[in-house]
Amino acid sequence: MATGAAADADTFPKLLIRNAEIFRTRPAMRHKDLGIWQAWTWAQVLDHVRAFSIGMAELGLKRDDKVAIIGGNRPRLYWAMCAAQALGAVPVPLYADSVAEEMAYVLEHAEIAIAVVEDQEQVDKILSIADRLSTLKYIVYDEPRGLRDYDHQRLGAFADVEAAGRRRLGADGDARARWDASVAAGRGGDLAVILYTSGTTGRPKGVMLSFDNVVISARNGNLFDRLDEHEEIIAYLPLAWVGDHIFSYAQSYVAGFCVNCPEAAETVVEDRREIGTSYAFAPPRIYENLLTLTMVRMEDAGALKRAMFHFFIEHARKWGERILNGERVPLVARAVYRLGDVLVYGPLKNRFGLSRIRVGYTAGEAIGPEIFRFYRSLGINLKQLYGQTEAAVYITAQPDGEIYADTVGKPNFDVDVRIAENGEVLFKSPGVFMGYYKDPEKTAQTKTPDGWVHSGDAGFFDPKTGHLKIIDRAKDVGRLRSGTLFAPKYIENKLKFYPNIREAVAFGDDRDFVCAILNIDITAVGSWAERNNVVYGSYQELAGHPQVYEMLAAHVAEVNRSLVAEKVMAGAQIKRFLILHKELDADDGELTRTLKVRRGFISERFAPLIKALYDGSPAADIATDVTFEDGRKGVVAARVRIHDMDIVVPAADLERAA
Amino acid sequence: MRASAGQGVAAGDIVLSVEDVSLGFGGVQALTGVSFDIRNGEIRAIIGPNGAGKTSMLNVINGFYHPQSGRITFKGKTRSKMRPYEAARGGIARTFQNVALFKGMTALDNIMAGRTLKMHRGVLWQILRVGPALAEEVEHRLKVEEIIDFLEIAHIRKIPVGRLPYGLQKRVELGRALAMEPNLLLLDEPMAGMNLEEKEDMSRFIIDVNNHFGTTIALIEHDMGVVMDLSDRVVVLDYGRKIADGTPDDVKRDQKVIDAYLGVGH
Repeated sequence: MATGAAADADTFPKLLIRNAEIFRTRPAMRHKDLGIWQAWTWAQVLDHVRAFSIGMAELGLKRDDKVAIIGGNRPRLYWAMCAAQALGAVPVPLYADSVAEEMAYVLEHAEIAIAVVEDQEQVDKILSIADRLSTLKYIVYDEPRGLRDYDHQRLGAFADVEAAGRRRLGADGDARARWDASVAAGRGGDLAVILYTSGTTGRPKGVMLSFDNVVISARNGNLFDRLDEHEEIIAYLPLAWVGDHIFSYAQSYVAGFCVNCPEAAETVVEDRREIGTSYAFAPPRIYENLLTLTMVRMEDAGALKRAMFHFFIEHARKWGERILNGERVPLVARAVYRLGDVLVYGPLKNRFGLSRIRVGYTAGEAIGPEIFRFYRSLGINLKQLYGQTEAAVYITAQPDGEIYADTVGKPNFDVDVRIAENGEVLFKSPGVFMGYYKDPEKTAQTKTPDGWVHSGDAGFFDPKTGHLKIIDRAKDVGRLRSGTLFAPKYIENKLKFYPNIREAVAFGDDRDFVCAILNIDITAVGSWAERNNVVYGSYQELAGHPQVYEMLAAHVAEVNRSLVAEKVMAGAQIKRFLILHKELDADDGELTRTLKVRRGFISERFAPLIKALYDGSPAADIATDVTFEDGRKGVVAARVRIHDMDIVVPAADLERAA
Repeated sequence: MRASAGQGVAAGDIVLSVEDVSLGFGGVQALTGVSFDIRNGEIRAIIGPNGAGKTSMLNVINGFYHPQSGRITFKGKTRSKMRPYEAARGGIARTFQNVALFKGMTALDNIMAGRTLKMHRGVLWQILRVGPALAEEVEHRLKVEEIIDFLEIAHIRKIPVGRLPYGLQKRVELGRALAMEPNLLLLDEPMAGMNLEEKEDMSRFIIDVNNHFGTTIALIEHDMGVVMDLSDRVVVLDYGRKIADGTPDDVKRDQKVIDAYLGVGH
């Protein structure tokens, strides 16, 4: 049987058996515990998974039952996923930081039979909602601390369940053959996992992925970046997130590389440094935090170190990326870069735990181009990809040597991408999900009968590079009266990448041209004012200062120039803008609590300003209610000036005119 | 759940008792004829208004102060005063009202310092770090790592404690006390100066220590809510005298206690 599994291992339990054979003594997983890295080889992992799996069968787990997995990145929770799959049961990872109420919905909806959780905290949460979970038979916990005095009738330690499995294996000669048969019965088309998406609106949806979806996507991903059993990665992202499921579980099983579990959420940076990961995946904020931390530390360093740091970082900014991309670079610049590598870049990468990185991805949202280039200039192969739970992650990714700060790359192997009439990105791939669990209606809305999935994002292919660019959520994208695509967030993000601009709101849907309302960043502009002897008495005064207007107009002009370079966007240049006299504030309802702009509310509240933007008047009066920090309310009245911009004419149009 | 566990042992086993203890500094009488006992496995709170003599009481128990009169019975042996090394060797560990750690040393080294009494090899052996001395260090390090894991301070293991926020310093100090594997743990205002979240964390750790290691705990605390939730029995001091002793509920209803806290004239 084992050799058969090696030939076409189309499920994770089969892959595990294969790995235990061909990578017998290679490490499959490490976990830092009590300050020391503990390691398990593939053969040892198989041993644990088999025993635990049989232990769960003893608890009455059957084919098609659902098993909730709740907790941090711990080896046993990953093993539990494979152990469930070996029995034909389906793991359902949940976000460990959700409150009990949020968990209740998913646990109920997925009809969970067994929950495998990390510790007392999670056990308490489930017990608090247990009366609503009619299907829940048993809770298994990894960390026994604090649980000794609990009622253990329907509760047990991972180690005990595994021991029960081992007893059965020892006592019953057929147990092992039965388990092997159960693994062999698994098919690639079977449901492998249900991942609930957090969903910005409404209830979370359970995305059903088959083994084929996950295994083939992972295999293609490995091929794309030539990942093999020698990679080292660190698992630190939520188990419930499709990214972690692919990177820390699927790709590891397919390629046979080692997954390292950190000691605690707070020690990830240190643990990453010790391991020296070769393949990494993180949302932009992780990279932002690392950079901020470094910059702050650098400010405290001695003058010599600081000067050296800034000199070489400046040099890297100029040449680093070109060296990484294999372009022609003068010999002197190359030599200085080499020196910088010894003195600054090397130690810095070591601090980040990125000395041995071969491939690093950022995904999830747009990364600031400055930050992106910073890492690349140090020689770190940071790339962007675009993925979704419904696609088992991979839709597009940037191939080595074709890296741009503002694209998400080319379609992955076996992925077809096309852009719909309304600008929405559609994709079709082996990773396309089976459907939403118990929700055929939503499935039909998202997935066409011939297998195309509506991503919900609007984008276009950049003609110059052939890469996909994502501009906004499709439902937020509108059109100017001329018919040009108007993607507010795309424009706003471009504006917000300037440190002087704190917030930006673009208007243009069903209008003749695009206008923007800007907020200055008081820290950045304030420090600029100090350096340039610009005197101001209040936020309002600084925001209205003519020199500030000049400075921001220059930024807007740059944004316009970058828009014109993209054919689809050229018509959506900002024609007029104003700087708002007050900061947009969640207390005033202008931002959400997560600091996203509430477009509709803002256009009502500042209606006179928007009217003035479009009727051509040079300034407008506005009086708004404000809530002060202490809760008092007041009215701020102001006369806000409007600045006109020159529209850049696209090069193509020029040619045509001539 | 815990209360019953506490009472189960309470039947006979008294770990420590003080009888008729009086302590004065010159003209100031810090403690006057105080008697109470601490039972095995319980969480015992000592409360009282400022200057009631709570810290003095702890200092008498672990031998920092020597009372002028009275008896202290610890593990069946009665004496007129405790000596610090006797207390430490006997398994009494403590934390202080204002954190008393080695600021320049890492959290790990500070907790390791708590193992000093358990080290058997001499200085020379330890300097050489070979054979039995190395084996011993490994064994102690394992114990310390268990404590670090228990208190969830792995991320600050190698940071000098002087750079840590106050709440974490308190936790390291608790770790050092735990490293002694005490039978009786004295905590002097473990939550002083903490915010609500830190207090909740610390409360959980105190309960866990009591539960997991079976350590008997005597603590001084100002926050009445915390005291009433945590402890099995409470003794109340006021102006150096014991004015009440009993379960949190009894003490809460006691008129003398209410008066002492509301400041009725004496």
